[in-house]
Amino acid sequence: MAPMKLYGAVLSWNVTRCATALEEAGSDYEIVPINFATAEHKSPEHLARNPFGQVPALQDGDLYVFESRAICKYAARKNKPELLREGNLEESAMVDVWMEVEANQYTSVLNPILFQVLISPMLGGTTDQKVVDENLEKLKKVLEVYEARLTKFKYLAGDFLSLADLNHVSVTLCLLATPYASVLDAYPHVKAWWSSLMERPSVQKVAVMMKPSA
Amino acid sequence: MAPPVVTVFGTANFANAARVMACLEEVGVEYEVVEVDYMAKEHKGAEHLARNPLGQIPAFQDGDIKLFESRAIAKYVLRKYSKAAHVDLLREGNPEEAAMVDVWTEVEAHTYFPAIAPIFYECVVYPATHGIPTNQKVVDESLEKLKKVLDVYEAHLSRSKYLYLAGDFFSFADLNHFPFTFHVMTTPHASLFDSYPHVKAWWERVMARPSLKKISPDMVIRA
Repeated sequence: MAPMKLYGAVLSWNVTRCATALEEAGSDYEIVPINFATAEHKSPEHLARNPFGQVPALQDGDLYVFESRAICKYAARKNKPELLREGNLEESAMVDVWMEVEANQYTSVLNPILFQVLISPMLGGTTDQKVVDENLEKLKKVLEVYEARLTKFKYLAGDFLSLADLNHVSVTLCLLATPYASVLDAYPHVKAWWSSLMERPSVQKVAVMMKPSA
Repeated sequence: MAPPVVTVFGTANFANAARVMACLEEVGVEYEVVEVDYMAKEHKGAEHLARNPLGQIPAFQDGDIKLFESRAIAKYVLRKYSKAAHVDLLREGNPEEAAMVDVWTEVEAHTYFPAIAPIFYECVVYPATHGIPTNQKVVDESLEKLKKVLDVYEAHLSRSKYLYLAGDFFSFADLNHFPFTFHVMTTPHASLFDSYPHVKAWWERVMARPSLKKISPDMVIRA
């Protein structure tokens, strides 16, 4: 069986969201870089994988999957279904709730911060500090909710690791690469949760992947 | 009428509450609707925060199970009640089909919704409920974004020849497009869809579902 192919650059936290899930699920996969500088993401070959011309995309045999969270779920279902708990009504509901919270509440406010601090300068632009500050305030409110949750449970969906936790890894690793990493310090249970995730070999492997090359 | 089995906190004029109600209608489960008074900031009060710590609408209860985030609630409802209702909108028994449902559900959340929602807020919500006039610049920008998105939808539907987004079966992916599309279809910007024949035909198929016809009247936002 050929390994699955994950298309995209490890610079993208949407690509590394998938790498985290694929690593934790023990999937047989390889990363195939897509060159944005040559507009490869808009090539007919890539548009056949992702009609919006974005990364990531996943190929498994004849099947193409795009949208990072859809890819993550596909990998979990295939190689480590216990990350989703789809056979258990209550547990799967909790996994879904916190996967939604990651997307709609956590990453939605982290994205503008990461773009302004990490990406905009790289593209020759400036950092809009007002956008950063507004979203940091929103992030703190969201982290209060996480703190309350993680005070009660070891992981987000309950006392078991799930895809909900893993989907937070790539953007949180990026946050740690900004001057704003200390925003987590006020939330001890969030920090403890994050430390336990960082101990996982899968997460360590992704952290190494994401380090800019010397 | 059978007694309600579950409770939805938030009325159908809230698009995300309507998302949940559409699923409940699809599986034929009786539900109670409890109003959360948005204008009085009831969604930020202690009672509602206990149901939804983000202080948003909707929240949901089924016996001891309390949930929030409309797509998570919707999936719970579908997983629990679909078999008895003989519907299968998630396709979790088939990895390829489930993947396609997930793909187009994610596209709705992260690509379609951001393009279409400002049109709904500017043309429907702000004038009706806040007395704020439409910001035409925001609407025009959103229409341009939405056209680019619909270009991809049109290509997808015409190339695949699928009746629906994930395949030839109505799925959770199609249902998720219903609430915000419904609202924009009540505005003059509905005519945008006329340039996308496959998208328009898909939308008409989606709106033909009895579940969606049933909740549509309660969704209309009035001043």
